[in-house]
Amino acid sequence: MSRIEPATVERVAALARLALSRDEVAEMTRDLEQMLGYVATLASLDTEGVPATAHGFDLATPLRPDEPVAPLDPELAVANAPEREGTAFLVPKVIEEEG
Amino acid sequence: MATADLLLAGSLSDQREGLDRGDVSASELVQASLDRISAHAGLGAVVARRDDSALREAEAAGRRIAEGKPLSPIDGIPVLIKDNIVQAGEPATCASRILEGFISPYDAAVTERLCGAGAIILGRTNMDEYAMGSSTENSIYGPSHNPWNEAHTCGGSSGGSAASVSAGWVPLAFGSDTGGSIRQPASFCGVVGLKPSYGRVSRWGLVAYASSLDQIGPFGRSVADCAIGLETIAGHDKRDSTSIPEPMPSLCDRLDGEVAGLVVGLPREYFVEEGVEPGVLDRVREAVTVLEDAGVRVKQISLPHTKYTIAAYYVIATAEASSNLARFDGVRYGRRAAQPVDLLDLYERSRSEGFSTEVKRRILLGTYVLSAGYYDAYYVKAQRVRTLIRRDFEAAFEDCDAILTPTTPETAFRLGDKSDDPLSMYLSDVYTVSANLAGLPGLSMPCGLSGGMPVGLQLLGKPLDEVTILRIGDAFERRTEHHRLRPGAN
Repeated sequence: MSRIEPATVERVAALARLALSRDEVAEMTRDLEQMLGYVATLASLDTEGVPATAHGFDLATPLRPDEPVAPLDPELAVANAPEREGTAFLVPKVIEEEG
Repeated sequence: MATADLLLAGSLSDQREGLDRGDVSASELVQASLDRISAHAGLGAVVARRDDSALREAEAAGRRIAEGKPLSPIDGIPVLIKDNIVQAGEPATCASRILEGFISPYDAAVTERLCGAGAIILGRTNMDEYAMGSSTENSIYGPSHNPWNEAHTCGGSSGGSAASVSAGWVPLAFGSDTGGSIRQPASFCGVVGLKPSYGRVSRWGLVAYASSLDQIGPFGRSVADCAIGLETIAGHDKRDSTSIPEPMPSLCDRLDGEVAGLVVGLPREYFVEEGVEPGVLDRVREAVTVLEDAGVRVKQISLPHTKYTIAAYYVIATAEASSNLARFDGVRYGRRAAQPVDLLDLYERSRSEGFSTEVKRRILLGTYVLSAGYYDAYYVKAQRVRTLIRRDFEAAFEDCDAILTPTTPETAFRLGDKSDDPLSMYLSDVYTVSANLAGLPGLSMPCGLSGGMPVGLQLLGKPLDEVTILRIGDAFERRTEHHRLRPGAN
Protein backbone atom coordinates (compact mmCIF):
# COMPACT_ATOMS: atom_id res chain seq x y z
CA MET A 1 0.00 0.00 0.00
CA SER A 2 1.36 3.37 -0.98
CA ARG A 3 1.72 6.03 1.67
CA ILE A 4 0.11 9.32 0.82
CA GLU A 5 2.12 12.43 1.58
CA PRO A 6 0.55 15.84 2.23
CA ALA A 7 2.45 17.07 -0.86
CA THR A 8 0.55 14.53 -2.97
CA VAL A 9 -2.76 15.82 -1.67
CA GLU A 10 -1.69 19.38 -2.42
CA ARG A 11 -0.70 18.40 -5.96
CA VAL A 12 -4.02 16.61 -6.57
CA ALA A 13 -5.96 19.51 -5.03
CA ALA A 14 -4.25 21.88 -7.46
CA LEU A 15 -5.28 19.63 -10.37
CA ALA A 16 -8.85 19.65 -9.05
CA ARG A 17 -8.81 23.43 -8.59
CA LEU A 18 -9.38 23.17 -4.86
CA ALA A 19 -7.59 25.38 -2.33
CA LEU A 20 -7.31 23.39 0.89
CA SER A 21 -6.47 24.74 4.32
CA ARG A 22 -3.62 23.16 6.29
CA ASP A 23 -6.17 21.22 8.40
CA GLU A 24 -7.97 20.01 5.31
CA VAL A 25 -4.73 18.77 3.77
CA ALA A 26 -4.05 16.77 6.94
CA GLU A 27 -7.56 15.34 7.00
CA MET A 28 -7.58 14.49 3.29
CA THR A 29 -4.14 12.89 3.51
CA ARG A 30 -5.49 10.54 6.16
CA ASP A 31 -8.74 9.85 4.29
CA LEU A 32 -7.10 9.33 0.91
CA GLU A 33 -4.62 6.91 2.40
CA GLN A 34 -7.43 4.96 4.06
CA MET A 35 -9.53 4.84 0.88
CA LEU A 36 -6.62 3.92 -1.38
CA GLY A 37 -5.60 1.26 1.12
CA TYR A 38 -9.05 -0.23 0.83
CA VAL A 39 -9.12 0.10 -2.96
CA ALA A 40 -5.76 -1.70 -3.14
CA THR A 41 -7.67 -5.02 -2.82
CA LEU A 42 -8.36 -4.63 -6.55
CA ALA A 43 -4.66 -5.13 -7.28
CA SER A 44 -4.84 -8.71 -5.97
CA LEU A 45 -7.24 -9.65 -8.77
CA ASP A 46 -5.86 -10.96 -12.06
CA THR A 47 -7.50 -8.94 -14.81
CA GLU A 48 -5.09 -9.82 -17.61
CA GLY A 49 -7.01 -9.80 -20.89
CA VAL A 50 -10.24 -8.57 -19.30
CA PRO A 51 -11.69 -5.63 -21.24
CA ALA A 52 -12.63 -2.46 -19.36
CA THR A 53 -16.31 -1.62 -18.95
CA ALA A 54 -17.11 2.07 -19.22
CA HIS A 55 -20.89 1.70 -19.07
CA GLY A 56 -23.35 -0.78 -17.63
CA PHE A 57 -24.66 -1.14 -21.11
CA ASP A 58 -23.10 -1.72 -24.51
CA LEU A 59 -24.54 1.06 -26.57
CA ALA A 60 -22.96 2.48 -29.69
CA THR A 61 -22.71 6.26 -29.83
CA PRO A 62 -26.01 7.34 -31.33
CA LEU A 63 -25.84 9.67 -34.31
CA ARG A 64 -28.32 12.31 -35.36
CA PRO A 65 -28.61 14.57 -38.38
CA ASP A 66 -26.48 17.68 -38.02
CA GLU A 67 -29.35 20.13 -38.03
CA PRO A 68 -29.41 23.45 -36.25
CA VAL A 69 -31.81 23.68 -33.33
CA ALA A 70 -32.75 26.69 -31.24
CA PRO A 71 -30.22 27.21 -28.45
CA LEU A 72 -31.07 28.21 -24.89
CA ASP A 73 -32.15 31.86 -24.91
CA PRO A 74 -28.98 33.88 -24.17
CA GLU A 75 -30.81 35.94 -21.52
CA LEU A 76 -31.78 32.72 -19.73
CA ALA A 77 -28.29 31.31 -20.16
CA VAL A 78 -26.69 34.21 -18.30
CA ALA A 79 -29.51 34.69 -15.79
CA ASN A 80 -27.58 32.75 -13.12
CA ALA A 81 -24.23 34.40 -13.80
CA PRO A 82 -22.51 35.73 -10.67
CA GLU A 83 -21.31 38.65 -12.79
CA ARG A 84 -22.33 39.53 -16.31
CA GLU A 85 -22.20 42.21 -18.92
CA GLY A 86 -25.08 42.00 -21.35
CA THR A 87 -25.18 38.37 -22.38
CA ALA A 88 -21.51 37.73 -21.54
CA PHE A 89 -20.03 36.20 -18.38
CA LEU A 90 -17.59 38.49 -16.61
CA VAL A 91 -14.35 37.04 -15.21
CA PRO A 92 -11.13 38.60 -13.89
CA LYS A 93 -8.71 39.66 -16.58
CA VAL A 94 -6.74 36.70 -17.91
CA ILE A 95 -4.31 38.49 -20.23
CA GLU A 96 -1.69 40.65 -18.56
CA GLU A 97 -1.27 44.14 -19.94
CA GLU A 98 2.13 44.73 -21.39
CA GLY A 99 4.28 46.92 -19.21
CA MET B 1 -60.49 17.93 3.63
CA ALA B 2 -60.87 14.88 5.80
CA THR B 3 -61.41 12.79 2.67
CA ALA B 4 -58.31 14.20 1.03
CA ASP B 5 -56.24 13.52 4.12
CA LEU B 6 -57.49 9.95 4.31
CA LEU B 7 -56.78 9.38 0.63
CA LEU B 8 -53.23 10.67 0.98
CA ALA B 9 -52.40 7.83 3.33
CA GLY B 10 -53.65 5.29 0.79
CA SER B 11 -52.37 4.06 -2.53
CA LEU B 12 -52.10 5.92 -5.78
CA SER B 13 -54.99 3.92 -7.21
CA ASP B 14 -57.19 4.92 -4.24
CA GLN B 15 -56.35 8.55 -4.96
CA ARG B 16 -57.03 8.06 -8.66
CA GLU B 17 -60.45 6.62 -7.88
CA GLY B 18 -61.20 9.36 -5.37
CA LEU B 19 -60.31 12.03 -7.95
CA ASP B 20 -62.19 10.40 -10.82
CA ARG B 21 -65.31 9.81 -8.72
CA GLY B 22 -65.24 13.41 -7.52
CA ASP B 23 -64.92 12.47 -3.83
CA VAL B 24 -62.05 14.90 -3.70
CA SER B 25 -60.65 17.51 -6.07
CA ALA B 26 -57.03 17.68 -7.18
CA SER B 27 -56.81 21.06 -5.42
CA GLU B 28 -57.99 19.52 -2.14
CA LEU B 29 -55.55 16.65 -2.48
CA VAL B 30 -52.63 18.97 -3.23
CA GLN B 31 -53.60 21.32 -0.37
CA ALA B 32 -53.82 18.39 2.06
CA SER B 33 -50.40 17.23 0.93
CA LEU B 34 -48.89 20.71 1.36
CA ASP B 35 -50.48 20.97 4.82
CA ARG B 36 -48.94 17.68 5.86
CA ILE B 37 -45.51 18.78 4.68
CA SER B 38 -45.89 22.01 6.71
CA ALA B 39 -47.02 20.11 9.80
CA HIS B 40 -43.90 17.93 9.71
CA ALA B 41 -41.33 20.45 8.52
CA GLY B 42 -39.04 19.26 11.32
CA LEU B 43 -38.34 16.04 9.42
CA GLY B 44 -36.22 18.13 7.06
CA ALA B 45 -37.33 16.20 3.99
CA VAL B 46 -38.56 18.99 1.71
CA VAL B 47 -36.17 21.83 0.91
CA ALA B 48 -38.10 23.92 -1.61
CA ARG B 49 -41.83 24.27 -2.28
CA ARG B 50 -43.86 25.76 -5.10
CA ASP B 51 -47.26 26.02 -3.43
CA ASP B 52 -48.77 28.69 -5.70
CA SER B 53 -47.74 27.00 -8.94
CA ALA B 54 -48.79 23.60 -7.61
CA LEU B 55 -52.23 24.83 -6.62
CA ARG B 56 -52.67 26.53 -9.98
CA GLU B 57 -51.69 23.32 -11.79
CA ALA B 58 -54.02 21.34 -9.52
CA GLU B 59 -56.94 23.54 -10.57
CA ALA B 60 -56.23 22.83 -14.23
CA ALA B 61 -55.93 19.12 -13.48
CA GLY B 62 -59.22 19.30 -11.60
CA ARG B 63 -60.95 20.71 -14.66
CA ARG B 64 -59.57 17.92 -16.88
CA ILE B 65 -60.65 15.28 -14.39
CA ALA B 66 -64.13 16.80 -13.99
CA GLU B 67 -64.53 16.58 -17.76
CA GLY B 68 -63.58 12.92 -17.57
CA LYS B 69 -60.34 13.56 -19.46
CA PRO B 70 -57.43 12.90 -17.12
CA LEU B 71 -54.08 12.94 -18.96
CA SER B 72 -52.71 9.82 -17.27
CA PRO B 73 -52.99 7.67 -14.14
CA ILE B 74 -51.14 10.38 -12.22
CA ASP B 75 -53.05 13.43 -13.46
CA GLY B 76 -53.70 15.63 -10.42
CA ILE B 77 -51.52 13.50 -8.11
CA PRO B 78 -49.04 15.37 -5.87
CA VAL B 79 -45.40 14.28 -6.19
CA LEU B 80 -41.98 15.47 -5.03
CA ILE B 81 -38.63 15.40 -6.83
CA LYS B 82 -35.09 15.26 -5.51
CA ASP B 83 -33.13 18.50 -5.49
CA ASN B 84 -30.82 17.29 -8.30
CA ILE B 85 -33.61 16.95 -10.90
CA VAL B 86 -34.15 20.36 -12.47
CA GLN B 87 -37.42 22.13 -13.13
CA ALA B 88 -37.60 25.32 -15.17
CA GLY B 89 -37.96 28.45 -13.03
CA GLU B 90 -37.29 26.55 -9.79
CA PRO B 91 -34.16 26.29 -7.64
CA ALA B 92 -31.88 23.26 -7.89
CA THR B 93 -29.12 23.22 -5.31
CA CYS B 94 -28.15 19.54 -4.97
CA ALA B 95 -28.04 20.52 -1.28
CA SER B 96 -24.79 22.35 -2.02
CA ARG B 97 -23.69 25.83 -1.08
CA ILE B 98 -22.14 26.24 -4.52
CA LEU B 99 -25.60 26.16 -6.15
CA GLU B 100 -27.43 28.34 -3.63
CA GLY B 101 -29.67 30.73 -5.52
CA PHE B 102 -29.43 28.84 -8.82
CA ILE B 103 -32.68 28.82 -10.81
CA SER B 104 -32.91 26.25 -13.55
CA PRO B 105 -33.51 27.67 -17.03
CA TYR B 106 -34.90 24.35 -18.29
CA ASP B 107 -36.80 21.19 -17.39
CA ALA B 108 -35.26 17.76 -16.86
CA ALA B 109 -36.73 15.08 -19.15
CA VAL B 110 -38.28 13.47 -16.07
CA THR B 111 -39.82 16.77 -15.00
CA GLU B 112 -41.25 17.24 -18.50
CA ARG B 113 -42.77 13.78 -18.46
CA LEU B 114 -44.25 14.20 -15.00
CA CYS B 115 -45.79 17.55 -15.88
CA GLY B 116 -46.92 16.21 -19.24
CA ALA B 117 -48.76 13.44 -17.41
CA GLY B 118 -50.46 16.01 -15.17
CA ALA B 119 -48.58 15.17 -11.97
CA ILE B 120 -48.37 18.11 -9.57
CA ILE B 121 -44.79 18.69 -8.46
CA LEU B 122 -45.02 20.20 -4.97
CA GLY B 123 -41.35 20.86 -4.49
CA ARG B 124 -37.90 19.45 -3.96
CA THR B 125 -36.54 16.94 -1.50
CA ASN B 126 -33.44 16.88 0.66
CA MET B 127 -30.39 14.84 -0.30
CA ASP B 128 -26.73 14.35 0.41
CA GLU B 129 -24.80 17.06 -1.41
CA TYR B 130 -24.43 16.05 -5.07
CA ALA B 131 -25.92 12.66 -4.12
CA MET B 132 -22.69 11.79 -2.31
CA GLY B 133 -23.71 10.05 0.86
CA SER B 134 -25.85 7.37 2.44
CA SER B 135 -27.61 9.31 5.20
CA THR B 136 -28.87 12.71 3.91
CA GLU B 137 -26.74 14.30 6.65
CA ASN B 138 -24.34 15.92 4.21
CA SER B 139 -26.74 18.70 3.20
CA ILE B 140 -26.71 22.49 3.57
CA TYR B 141 -30.29 22.17 4.82
CA GLY B 142 -29.35 19.88 7.69
CA PRO B 143 -30.27 16.19 7.92
CA SER B 144 -33.55 14.55 7.03
CA HIS B 145 -34.95 12.41 9.83
CA ASN B 146 -36.45 8.96 9.55
CA PRO B 147 -40.25 9.08 10.05
CA TRP B 148 -40.03 5.77 11.94
CA ASN B 149 -37.64 7.23 14.50
CA GLU B 150 -36.36 10.75 14.16
CA ALA B 151 -33.07 9.95 15.85
CA HIS B 152 -32.26 7.69 12.92
CA THR B 153 -31.21 8.47 9.37
CA CYS B 154 -33.67 8.08 6.52
CA GLY B 155 -30.79 6.86 4.39
CA GLY B 156 -29.38 8.59 1.37
CA SER B 157 -28.71 10.12 -0.85
CA SER B 158 -32.40 10.39 -1.87
CA GLY B 159 -33.42 10.46 1.81
CA GLY B 160 -35.92 13.31 1.55
CA SER B 161 -37.89 11.53 -1.18
CA ALA B 162 -38.02 8.28 0.81
CA ALA B 163 -39.08 10.07 4.01
CA SER B 164 -41.81 12.04 2.19
CA VAL B 165 -43.42 8.88 0.83
CA SER B 166 -42.99 7.05 4.13
CA ALA B 167 -44.61 9.91 6.06
CA GLY B 168 -47.63 9.80 3.75
CA TRP B 169 -47.27 13.25 2.18
CA VAL B 170 -47.22 12.09 -1.43
CA PRO B 171 -47.84 8.69 -3.04
CA LEU B 172 -44.84 9.07 -5.34
CA ALA B 173 -41.49 10.82 -5.11
CA PHE B 174 -38.49 10.63 -7.39
CA GLY B 175 -34.82 10.24 -6.61
CA SER B 176 -31.59 9.15 -8.22
CA ASP B 177 -29.52 6.03 -7.59
CA THR B 178 -25.78 5.92 -8.31
CA GLY B 179 -24.78 3.23 -5.82
CA GLY B 180 -28.00 2.56 -3.92
CA SER B 181 -29.33 6.07 -3.33
CA ILE B 182 -32.93 5.04 -4.07
CA ARG B 183 -32.93 1.48 -2.70
CA GLN B 184 -31.11 2.11 0.58
CA PRO B 185 -33.35 5.01 1.76
CA ALA B 186 -36.42 3.07 0.59
CA SER B 187 -35.25 0.20 2.77
CA PHE B 188 -34.56 2.47 5.76
CA CYS B 189 -37.95 4.22 5.51
CA GLY B 190 -40.13 1.18 4.82
CA VAL B 191 -41.21 2.12 1.29
CA VAL B 192 -40.70 0.70 -2.19
CA GLY B 193 -37.89 2.15 -4.31
CA LEU B 194 -36.96 1.24 -7.86
CA LYS B 195 -33.70 1.86 -9.68
CA PRO B 196 -34.42 1.20 -13.35
CA SER B 197 -31.92 -0.39 -15.75
CA TYR B 198 -29.19 1.97 -16.87
CA GLY B 199 -30.50 3.90 -19.86
CA ARG B 200 -34.17 3.31 -19.11
CA VAL B 201 -34.84 6.83 -17.84
CA SER B 202 -33.31 9.92 -19.44
CA ARG B 203 -30.64 11.64 -17.36
CA TRP B 204 -31.22 14.94 -19.20
CA GLY B 205 -31.58 17.51 -16.43
CA LEU B 206 -30.28 15.25 -13.67
CA VAL B 207 -27.24 16.96 -12.17
CA ALA B 208 -24.57 14.36 -12.83
CA TYR B 209 -22.64 12.60 -10.08
CA ALA B 210 -21.27 9.52 -11.89
CA SER B 211 -22.72 9.43 -15.38
CA SER B 212 -22.18 5.74 -16.12
CA LEU B 213 -24.01 4.77 -12.92
CA ASP B 214 -26.69 7.44 -12.29
CA GLN B 215 -30.33 6.56 -12.88
CA ILE B 216 -33.60 8.24 -11.82
CA GLY B 217 -36.39 6.17 -10.30
CA PRO B 218 -39.56 6.29 -8.21
CA PHE B 219 -40.42 5.78 -4.55
CA GLY B 220 -43.91 4.59 -3.65
CA ARG B 221 -45.82 2.79 -0.94
CA SER B 222 -46.47 -0.20 -3.17
CA VAL B 223 -44.83 -1.97 -6.07
CA ALA B 224 -47.83 -1.16 -8.28
CA ASP B 225 -47.46 2.56 -7.53
CA CYS B 226 -43.76 2.42 -8.43
CA ALA B 227 -44.66 0.68 -11.70
CA ILE B 228 -46.94 3.63 -12.54
CA GLY B 229 -44.12 6.00 -11.61
CA LEU B 230 -41.64 4.23 -13.88
CA GLU B 231 -44.09 3.99 -16.79
CA THR B 232 -44.52 7.76 -16.53
CA ILE B 233 -40.84 8.72 -16.62
CA ALA B 234 -39.24 5.97 -18.75
CA GLY B 235 -38.59 5.94 -22.45
CA HIS B 236 -36.11 7.04 -25.06
CA ASP B 237 -34.83 10.61 -25.06
CA LYS B 238 -32.44 11.70 -27.79
CA ARG B 239 -30.95 14.39 -25.53
CA ASP B 240 -29.35 11.64 -23.41
CA SER B 241 -26.96 9.66 -25.59
CA THR B 242 -27.08 6.74 -23.13
CA SER B 243 -30.87 6.54 -23.28
CA ILE B 244 -32.02 3.18 -24.64
CA PRO B 245 -33.85 3.57 -27.94
CA GLU B 246 -36.62 1.19 -26.96
CA PRO B 247 -40.09 1.88 -25.64
CA MET B 248 -40.86 0.97 -22.04
CA PRO B 249 -43.04 -2.15 -22.10
CA SER B 250 -46.23 -1.76 -20.14
CA LEU B 251 -45.76 -2.88 -16.56
CA CYS B 252 -48.97 -2.38 -14.62
CA ASP B 253 -51.04 -4.90 -16.56
CA ARG B 254 -48.40 -7.57 -15.91
CA LEU B 255 -48.77 -7.39 -12.13
CA ASP B 256 -51.19 -10.27 -11.68
CA GLY B 257 -49.73 -12.03 -8.65
CA GLU B 258 -48.76 -15.08 -10.71
CA VAL B 259 -45.13 -16.01 -10.16
CA ALA B 260 -45.24 -19.81 -10.08
CA GLY B 261 -42.27 -21.28 -11.94
CA LEU B 262 -40.05 -18.21 -11.72
CA VAL B 263 -36.59 -18.91 -10.34
CA VAL B 264 -35.05 -16.58 -7.77
CA GLY B 265 -31.33 -16.80 -7.03
CA LEU B 266 -29.87 -16.23 -3.57
CA PRO B 267 -26.21 -15.20 -3.84
CA ARG B 268 -24.26 -16.93 -1.09
CA GLU B 269 -21.89 -13.97 -0.80
CA TYR B 270 -24.82 -11.76 0.31
CA PHE B 271 -26.19 -14.14 2.93
CA VAL B 272 -23.27 -14.09 5.33
CA GLU B 273 -23.82 -13.76 9.07
CA GLU B 274 -20.81 -11.54 9.64
CA GLY B 275 -21.59 -7.84 9.64
CA VAL B 276 -25.30 -8.37 8.97
CA GLU B 277 -27.98 -7.54 11.53
CA PRO B 278 -29.63 -10.88 12.48
CA GLY B 279 -33.14 -9.40 12.22
CA VAL B 280 -32.42 -8.35 8.62
CA LEU B 281 -31.41 -11.87 7.57
CA ASP B 282 -34.43 -13.35 9.42
CA ARG B 283 -36.93 -11.08 7.65
CA VAL B 284 -35.36 -11.70 4.25
CA ARG B 285 -35.40 -15.47 4.78
CA GLU B 286 -39.06 -15.29 5.83
CA ALA B 287 -39.76 -13.41 2.61
CA VAL B 288 -38.09 -16.17 0.63
CA THR B 289 -40.47 -18.67 2.26
CA VAL B 290 -43.46 -16.54 1.25
CA LEU B 291 -42.28 -16.53 -2.34
CA GLU B 292 -41.67 -20.29 -2.28
CA ASP B 293 -45.25 -20.76 -1.10
CA ALA B 294 -46.31 -18.70 -4.12
CA GLY B 295 -44.57 -21.18 -6.39
CA VAL B 296 -41.22 -19.43 -6.89
CA ARG B 297 -38.26 -21.78 -7.10
CA VAL B 298 -35.26 -20.75 -5.06
CA LYS B 299 -31.73 -21.48 -6.09
CA GLN B 300 -28.35 -20.83 -4.46
CA ILE B 301 -26.10 -18.85 -6.77
CA SER B 302 -22.68 -17.24 -6.53
CA LEU B 303 -21.42 -13.77 -7.43
CA PRO B 304 -17.73 -14.43 -6.80
CA HIS B 305 -16.46 -10.87 -7.25
CA THR B 306 -18.81 -9.37 -4.66
CA LYS B 307 -16.00 -8.44 -2.30
CA TYR B 308 -14.47 -6.13 -4.92
CA THR B 309 -17.62 -4.16 -5.71
CA ILE B 310 -17.23 -1.31 -3.22
CA ALA B 311 -13.60 -0.74 -4.17
CA ALA B 312 -14.38 -0.74 -7.91
CA TYR B 313 -17.41 1.45 -7.32
CA TYR B 314 -15.60 4.14 -5.36
CA VAL B 315 -12.81 4.39 -7.92
CA ILE B 316 -15.24 4.68 -10.86
CA ALA B 317 -17.81 6.90 -9.12
CA THR B 318 -15.27 9.37 -7.77
CA ALA B 319 -13.37 9.49 -11.06
CA GLU B 320 -16.55 10.39 -12.92
CA ALA B 321 -17.54 12.83 -10.17
CA SER B 322 -14.23 14.67 -10.32
CA SER B 323 -14.83 15.19 -14.02
CA ASN B 324 -18.53 16.07 -13.76
CA LEU B 325 -18.05 18.53 -10.91
CA ALA B 326 -15.35 20.42 -12.80
CA ARG B 327 -18.15 22.50 -14.31
CA PHE B 328 -18.87 24.19 -10.99
CA ASP B 329 -16.26 26.90 -11.29
CA GLY B 330 -17.98 30.12 -10.25
CA VAL B 331 -18.04 31.50 -13.80
CA ARG B 332 -21.43 30.84 -15.38
CA TYR B 333 -23.65 30.05 -12.42
CA GLY B 334 -23.47 29.23 -8.77
CA ARG B 335 -21.35 30.70 -6.02
CA ARG B 336 -18.42 32.94 -6.84
CA ALA B 337 -15.79 33.83 -4.26
CA ALA B 338 -15.56 37.51 -3.39
CA GLN B 339 -12.86 39.66 -4.99
CA PRO B 340 -10.78 37.06 -6.81
CA VAL B 341 -7.28 38.23 -7.69
CA ASP B 342 -7.19 36.20 -10.89
CA LEU B 343 -9.07 33.43 -12.68
CA LEU B 344 -7.31 30.58 -10.87
CA ASP B 345 -8.09 32.17 -7.53
CA LEU B 346 -11.71 32.53 -8.63
CA TYR B 347 -11.94 28.82 -9.51
CA GLU B 348 -10.15 27.57 -6.43
CA ARG B 349 -11.86 29.70 -3.84
CA SER B 350 -15.35 29.41 -5.39
CA ARG B 351 -15.05 25.62 -5.35
CA SER B 352 -13.41 25.39 -1.94
CA GLU B 353 -16.01 27.63 -0.32
CA GLY B 354 -18.87 25.99 -2.19
CA PHE B 355 -18.21 22.27 -1.75
CA SER B 356 -18.47 20.39 1.55
CA THR B 357 -15.67 18.23 2.92
CA GLU B 358 -17.28 15.02 1.62
CA VAL B 359 -17.57 16.37 -1.92
CA LYS B 360 -13.95 17.57 -1.81
CA ARG B 361 -12.88 14.16 -0.52
CA ARG B 362 -14.50 12.42 -3.47
CA ILE B 363 -13.21 14.93 -6.01
CA LEU B 364 -9.69 14.42 -4.65
CA LEU B 365 -9.93 10.64 -4.74
CA GLY B 366 -11.35 10.81 -8.27
CA THR B 367 -8.67 13.22 -9.44
CA TYR B 368 -5.99 11.02 -7.90
CA VAL B 369 -7.14 7.82 -9.63
CA LEU B 370 -7.33 9.64 -12.97
CA SER B 371 -3.98 11.39 -12.65
CA ALA B 372 -0.89 10.47 -14.66
CA GLY B 373 0.83 7.39 -13.27
CA TYR B 374 -2.24 6.11 -11.42
CA TYR B 375 -4.82 5.95 -14.22
CA ASP B 376 -4.07 2.36 -15.24
CA ALA B 377 -3.46 1.06 -11.73
CA TYR B 378 -6.71 2.40 -10.34
CA TYR B 379 -9.21 3.60 -12.92
CA VAL B 380 -8.65 1.10 -15.73
CA LYS B 381 -8.20 -1.65 -13.15
CA ALA B 382 -11.57 -0.79 -11.61
CA GLN B 383 -13.18 -0.80 -15.06
CA ARG B 384 -11.80 -4.28 -15.71
CA VAL B 385 -13.15 -5.46 -12.37
CA ARG B 386 -16.45 -3.91 -13.40
CA THR B 387 -16.44 -6.29 -16.36
CA LEU B 388 -15.88 -9.26 -14.03
CA ILE B 389 -18.75 -8.13 -11.80
CA ARG B 390 -21.00 -7.82 -14.84
CA ARG B 391 -19.98 -11.30 -16.02
CA ASP B 392 -20.85 -12.66 -12.56
CA PHE B 393 -24.41 -11.46 -13.11
CA GLU B 394 -24.59 -12.72 -16.69
CA ALA B 395 -23.58 -16.17 -15.48
CA ALA B 396 -25.98 -16.05 -12.52
CA PHE B 397 -28.90 -15.04 -14.73
CA GLU B 398 -28.41 -18.19 -16.81
CA ASP B 399 -29.83 -20.04 -13.81
CA CYS B 400 -32.41 -17.64 -12.44
CA ASP B 401 -34.91 -14.93 -13.42
CA ALA B 402 -34.15 -12.56 -10.56
CA ILE B 403 -31.74 -12.27 -7.63
CA LEU B 404 -32.93 -11.71 -4.08
CA THR B 405 -30.79 -10.13 -1.33
CA PRO B 406 -31.17 -7.87 1.68
CA THR B 407 -31.05 -4.23 0.51
CA THR B 408 -28.73 -3.24 3.34
CA PRO B 409 -26.81 -5.17 6.01
CA GLU B 410 -28.54 -3.24 8.78
CA THR B 411 -31.62 -1.14 9.44
CA ALA B 412 -31.43 2.67 9.58
CA PHE B 413 -28.48 3.68 11.74
CA ARG B 414 -28.59 6.62 14.13
CA LEU B 415 -27.86 10.09 12.81
CA GLY B 416 -24.21 10.91 13.43
CA ASP B 417 -23.13 7.28 13.81
CA LYS B 418 -21.11 7.12 10.62
CA SER B 419 -20.60 10.76 9.76
CA ASP B 420 -17.00 10.79 11.02
CA ASP B 421 -16.01 7.59 9.25
CA PRO B 422 -16.29 7.89 5.46
CA LEU B 423 -15.16 4.33 4.76
CA SER B 424 -17.75 2.80 7.07
CA MET B 425 -20.40 4.96 5.38
CA TYR B 426 -19.23 3.71 1.96
CA LEU B 427 -19.32 0.08 3.10
CA SER B 428 -23.02 0.38 3.99
CA ASP B 429 -23.70 0.32 0.21
CA VAL B 430 -22.28 -3.20 -0.13
CA TYR B 431 -25.46 -4.85 -1.47
CA THR B 432 -26.62 -2.08 -3.76
CA VAL B 433 -23.62 -0.86 -5.78
CA SER B 434 -23.27 -3.96 -7.95
CA ALA B 435 -26.56 -3.24 -9.75
CA ASN B 436 -25.21 0.16 -10.80
CA LEU B 437 -21.90 -1.30 -11.96
CA ALA B 438 -23.75 -3.92 -14.02
CA GLY B 439 -26.55 -1.58 -15.19
CA LEU B 440 -29.27 -3.81 -13.72
CA PRO B 441 -32.70 -2.82 -12.44
CA GLY B 442 -33.08 -3.12 -8.66
CA LEU B 443 -36.12 -2.93 -6.42
CA SER B 444 -36.18 -2.50 -2.65
CA MET B 445 -39.38 -3.26 -0.77
CA PRO B 446 -40.38 -3.60 2.87
CA CYS B 447 -40.34 -7.12 4.32
CA GLY B 448 -40.95 -6.48 8.02
CA LEU B 449 -39.21 -4.87 10.98
CA SER B 450 -36.07 -5.48 13.00
CA GLY B 451 -35.82 -3.67 16.31
CA GLY B 452 -38.82 -1.56 15.29
CA MET B 453 -37.20 -0.30 12.10
CA PRO B 454 -38.03 -1.37 8.52
CA VAL B 455 -36.05 -4.05 6.70
CA GLY B 456 -35.67 -3.93 2.93
CA LEU B 457 -35.68 -6.81 0.51
CA GLN B 458 -33.80 -6.26 -2.76
CA LEU B 459 -34.70 -7.86 -6.08
CA LEU B 460 -32.26 -7.49 -8.97
CA GLY B 461 -33.32 -8.21 -12.53
CA LYS B 462 -31.71 -8.82 -15.89
CA PRO B 463 -30.92 -5.67 -17.87
CA LEU B 464 -34.19 -4.06 -19.05
CA ASP B 465 -36.25 -6.67 -17.22
CA GLU B 466 -37.94 -4.42 -14.68
CA VAL B 467 -41.16 -6.30 -15.20
CA THR B 468 -39.99 -9.55 -13.61
CA ILE B 469 -38.77 -7.96 -10.39
CA LEU B 470 -41.95 -5.86 -10.21
CA ARG B 471 -44.09 -8.99 -10.70
CA ILE B 472 -42.26 -10.82 -7.92
CA GLY B 473 -42.46 -7.80 -5.64
CA ASP B 474 -46.15 -7.35 -6.33
CA ALA B 475 -46.83 -11.05 -5.72
CA PHE B 476 -45.04 -10.73 -2.37
CA GLU B 477 -47.18 -7.71 -1.43
CA ARG B 478 -50.36 -9.58 -2.28
CA ARG B 479 -49.41 -12.24 0.27
CA THR B 480 -48.09 -10.00 3.05
CA GLU B 481 -48.96 -6.80 4.94
CA HIS B 482 -45.47 -5.37 5.41
CA HIS B 483 -45.93 -2.55 2.91
CA ARG B 484 -49.01 -1.39 4.84
CA LEU B 485 -47.01 -0.77 8.04
CA ARG B 486 -46.67 2.95 8.58
CA PRO B 487 -44.44 4.87 10.97
CA GLY B 488 -46.15 5.69 14.26
CA ALA B 489 -48.89 3.16 13.61
CA ASN B 490 -47.37 0.05 15.12
